[in-house]
Amino acid sequence: MIALSTTTSNLTLAILGDPYHAGQHAALNPASGQAAHIEWLYWLLFWILAIVFVLVMATLTAAARKSVTPVQEILDISRENPGDEGAAWAVGTAVGVTVVTLLVVLVASVVTGKRVEAVPLNNSVTIQVRGHQWWWEITYPNSEPYLTVTTANEIHVPVGRPIVVLTDSGDVIHSLWAPNIAGKRDLLPGIPTSFSFQVDKPGIYHGQCAEFCGLQHAQMGFAIIAESLDQFSAWYRQQLKPAAEPANEAEARGRDVFLTHACVMCHTIRGTTAGSRYGPDLTHIASRDMIAAETLPNVPGALAGWILDPQGVKPGNHMAPNILAPDDLQALIAYLQSLH
Amino acid sequence: MAIAEATVPRESEHTDRLNHTWGRSRGFLGWFSTVHHTDIGIRYMVTSFVFFLLGGVLAGLMRLQLARPNNGLIGPDRYNQLFTVHGSTMIFLFAVPMLFQGFGVYVVPLMCGARAIAFPRLNAFSYYIYLGGGLLLWIGLFLNIGADAGWFAYIPLSGPQFSPGKRVDFWAQMITFTEVSALGSAICLATTILRYRAPGMTLNRMPILLWEKLVLSIMVMFAMPAVMVVSGLLLLDRLIGTQFFNPAEGGDVLLYQHLFWFFGHPEVYIIFLPGAAIMSTIIPVFWRRHIFGYTPIVVSVVATGFIGFGVWVHHMFATGLPQLSESFFTAASLMIVIPTATQFFCWLATMWNGRLQFRIPVLWIFGFFFIFLIGGLSGVMLASVPLDIQVHDTYFVVAHFHYVLIGGALFPMFAGLYYWMPKMTGRMLNETLGKWHFWLFFIGFNMTFFTMHFLGLRGMPRRVYTYNQNMNWGALNMMATLGVAFMFAGLVVFLANFLHSREYGPIAEHNPWKAGSLEWATSSPPPPYNFPYIPTVNGREALWEAAPNQPVVSGIRDDVPEVLVTNSLDADPEYKEESEGASLWPFLTALAVSAAFVGSIFTAWAVPIGAVPVIVCLLGWLWPRGHSPSPRMAEKWSQ
Repeated sequence: MIALSTTTSNLTLAILGDPYHAGQHAALNPASGQAAHIEWLYWLLFWILAIVFVLVMATLTAAARKSVTPVQEILDISRENPGDEGAAWAVGTAVGVTVVTLLVVLVASVVTGKRVEAVPLNNSVTIQVRGHQWWWEITYPNSEPYLTVTTANEIHVPVGRPIVVLTDSGDVIHSLWAPNIAGKRDLLPGIPTSFSFQVDKPGIYHGQCAEFCGLQHAQMGFAIIAESLDQFSAWYRQQLKPAAEPANEAEARGRDVFLTHACVMCHTIRGTTAGSRYGPDLTHIASRDMIAAETLPNVPGALAGWILDPQGVKPGNHMAPNILAPDDLQALIAYLQSLH
Repeated sequence: MAIAEATVPRESEHTDRLNHTWGRSRGFLGWFSTVHHTDIGIRYMVTSFVFFLLGGVLAGLMRLQLARPNNGLIGPDRYNQLFTVHGSTMIFLFAVPMLFQGFGVYVVPLMCGARAIAFPRLNAFSYYIYLGGGLLLWIGLFLNIGADAGWFAYIPLSGPQFSPGKRVDFWAQMITFTEVSALGSAICLATTILRYRAPGMTLNRMPILLWEKLVLSIMVMFAMPAVMVVSGLLLLDRLIGTQFFNPAEGGDVLLYQHLFWFFGHPEVYIIFLPGAAIMSTIIPVFWRRHIFGYTPIVVSVVATGFIGFGVWVHHMFATGLPQLSESFFTAASLMIVIPTATQFFCWLATMWNGRLQFRIPVLWIFGFFFIFLIGGLSGVMLASVPLDIQVHDTYFVVAHFHYVLIGGALFPMFAGLYYWMPKMTGRMLNETLGKWHFWLFFIGFNMTFFTMHFLGLRGMPRRVYTYNQNMNWGALNMMATLGVAFMFAGLVVFLANFLHSREYGPIAEHNPWKAGSLEWATSSPPPPYNFPYIPTVNGREALWEAAPNQPVVSGIRDDVPEVLVTNSLDADPEYKEESEGASLWPFLTALAVSAAFVGSIFTAWAVPIGAVPVIVCLLGWLWPRGHSPSPRMAEKWSQ
C-alpha cells in the first residue's frame, strides 16, 4: 500500500513536475495516518480513472478516424445497421466492466473510510474547536476548570498521540480543514460532532475554513502545531498560568490602556479584569506565531496595524478600529508582546 | 422524401388560411400577446443566453481578482455578491431555462409533429415569470444589494441574524420565480409529449430527446417543490420571524441542507440530461445511421431520473453524518455512473459503426466527450466519502462541477445551437468561425478549470476573495485567469458568427443535415402553424423511415387553431381541440404575480393586497369566451 502510493507519487512527479510542491500544504502530502490513508485511496482511484479516460478517448478517436467520409454529398441512411451485433457485445461487456470497477471503488472507499475512523482512543487529547466569524476558539477541556486551557487559532498537539476534536459553532457554519492532517469537518451551530486523528510528523500545518461563512471566510486560518510530548506539556503548563504581570513601566501603562479602552469589551486576559469572551483570549497572545486568524505575523508593526485599522486588513471583521495616541499604542504593544 | 411535399409549407389557399388563423398580430401588443411556442422558445434562449454572458462577466471579474495573491481589485463584500449571483444565474437563469425550457419549448412540439404546445398561455406566463425572477436578481446586484450568501445560501449565514437587509430575500424570491416558471414549463412539455404526438409515434418510437424531456418534466415536478419549500421557509424565517432554521430556538441547520440538496442534486441531472439528449439526437445525424441501443439509452435516462433523487447526501459528507448512511449515499452516487456510462458506450458504438460526416456540431460532440468524461471521473472520486472530505468545498470541486456542467450542458448546447440554428433562423452558420469558436473555448476552458484541480488538492477553498502569497497558489490562479480570456474570445467569435449569419448566411433548406426527426419536415424557420398537414410516423426516425407514400393527417380545420390530440401510449388520434390563441393575459398575470412576489419581500401585506390583481388577471385569463366557430367540445376522431 505504501509502496503503491510512493511509486505513483514519483511517477506523477515525473509527469507533472511536482505540481503539489511536495513538503507543503496539500492533501497529497500527509502528516498523519488519516491523511495517508486518503492519499492512498486518491492514487488508487486516480490510476483506475486515468485508465478509463484513456480507453474511452482512444475508442472515440479510433471510431472517428475509422469512419470519416467526405461531406460533399450527405449520405443516405440505410435500413441495415451492420455491426450492431458485435456492438451489443462490446457495450454489454463495457457496462459489466464499469459495474465491477465501481464495486472496486466502493469497497476501497468504504475500507478507507473505516481506516480513517479507526484511531485508537487510549491516551487521547481532547480539543474543543468552536468556530466564530472569523476566528477559531480552541479549548482543552478538563473536568477541573483551573486545568482548562483556552486559546485561539493555533492548535498545539503532541505527535503520536490520538487527538479527539469536538466541534461546535458560535454563529454560522464553518469547516475545519488542515489538508495535511485530515479531511474537513463542518462546525455546525447546535449540532456538536467529533472526529479524531493522530499526527505522525512534527511540524506546523496550515488550515483554513472551508465552508463559506461570510465576509472574511477567505482569511479565517489556523495552524496545527505538532510537537513532542515534552514540548506540548511545557506549552500546556505555560498556557494554564494567568497573564504575566507587567515587568516595566511601559508594559504597566500598556495594561492600563488595554483595560481602559475598547479592547476590554471583547477580549479576555486572565489575571486582569478583562473577561469578555466575544473575541479571542489574549492571555498568552505573545506565545502565538500569528495574529488575526493566521493573517499577520505576530510582530509589533503588524500588531499596531491590526489594532489601529482592522477593517483595512480584513474588511468586515468584527473588530472595531482603535484610535490610540502613538505612545499609548507603543505601550499597549509592549504589554501584549510580554504576554508569553 | 415524399412526406416533405406535404409538410413543408407552400403557397396555397390552405396555408393562407392557416397563416391567418395562427399568425401573430403585429406591433407592440402582438409582441406581448403571442403564445406560440417558437416565439416563446426563442425568447427563452435569447434571454438565458444574455444571462449566460452576464454571469460570464461576473466570472471574469472574479478571475481578475484571484489572478494575483492579496489582490485589492474587488473587496469581500462585492466578491461575495459576484460569486453568489454568478452561480445562481448560471444554474437558475441560464442552464435550466436554456436547455430544459428554451430548447424544450422550441423543439418538442415540432418533434412531436404538433401545431402548438399544450397550454400555450401557461407556457408564455412561465417565460414572463422567469424573466421577472432574473431581473429581480440582477437589479439587486446593480444596486449593490445583490445576494451574497452563495447560490445555496446555507442557513444560518443566510438567516435574519447574519444576513440582515434584503440581499438574501432577493435570492430566495428569485428561486420562487424560476421554480414557478420551471413547473409551468414541465406541465406544458409533459402534456405535449404525452398527448400531442403525431399519429404513429408510439412511445416505442418516440425520439430520445422527447423521452428525456418527459423524464425531466417529471423530475422538475418532484424536485422543485423541495426548493420552493426551503426558500419559502427561509423567507418566513427572515420576514415574519418564524424559527424553522434557528438552532437557538430548536431549529435545524441541517434540515435546510437536506431539503436544498434533495432539489439540488436532481437539478444537476436536470441540467445534464438535456445535454445527453442532444448527443443522442445529433450523433446519429452526423454518423449517418440509427442510434445504437435506443432501448438501453431510454432505460438509462429513466433510471437517471430515479437514482438522481437518491444521492443528495454526498453534498453533506463533511457534516459528520453516521458512516453507514454515508456509505449508502456513496453506493447510490456510484450507481448513477452506470446509466451515464451505458449512454456513453451506446454513443461510441453508434460512432464505431457509422460513417462520420464532419460538420461543426461534431467538434462540440468531441469536446463534450473529453470534458464531461473528466468531470464524471472526478465525480467518482467525490462520491467516495474519505476523498470527498478532503476536496469538498475546494477548487477541486469547482473544477469538477464546471467540467460536468460546462461539459455536460454547455458543449451540447453549442452543438445544439449550431445544429438547430438553421431551423430557427433559416440561415446556416459559418463553419470556419465555428472552428475558431470551438478551439478558443475548448483551450481556454481547460486552462481555467484543469488547473483548479491542483489548487483544490493544494488546499485552496472555494469562495475566497483573496489568498496569501505564501500559499503558492499564485501561478496556478494566473493560469486559470488567462484561460478566461480565451473563452471570452471564443464567445465573441460565436456572437459575431451568429449576428452575421442570421442576416447574410447561406439560406438553410428545410432539412440541411438530412436528419430524421420531425422538426426537419417543415420549413426553416417553421411557419406559425408548424406544419400545413400533420405528418404520420412509421419509425423512430420519422423522416428516414417514411414510406414513399407516407400519409399525412387531413381533416384538421385551418380556420380555427385546431390541434390533434392522440393517446399517450400509441399516439392513436383521439380528438381535436382548439388551442388557446394569443392573449395579453399571461403577460398581465405575470406582472401581477411578480408585483406580489417582489412586494412580499418588503411587507407581508403584499400577499393579501397583491393577490387582488392576480385574481383579476386569472379571471380575465380563464373567462369562458364562446366565440369559437366550431364546437369546442371534443369531437371524436373518426378513423
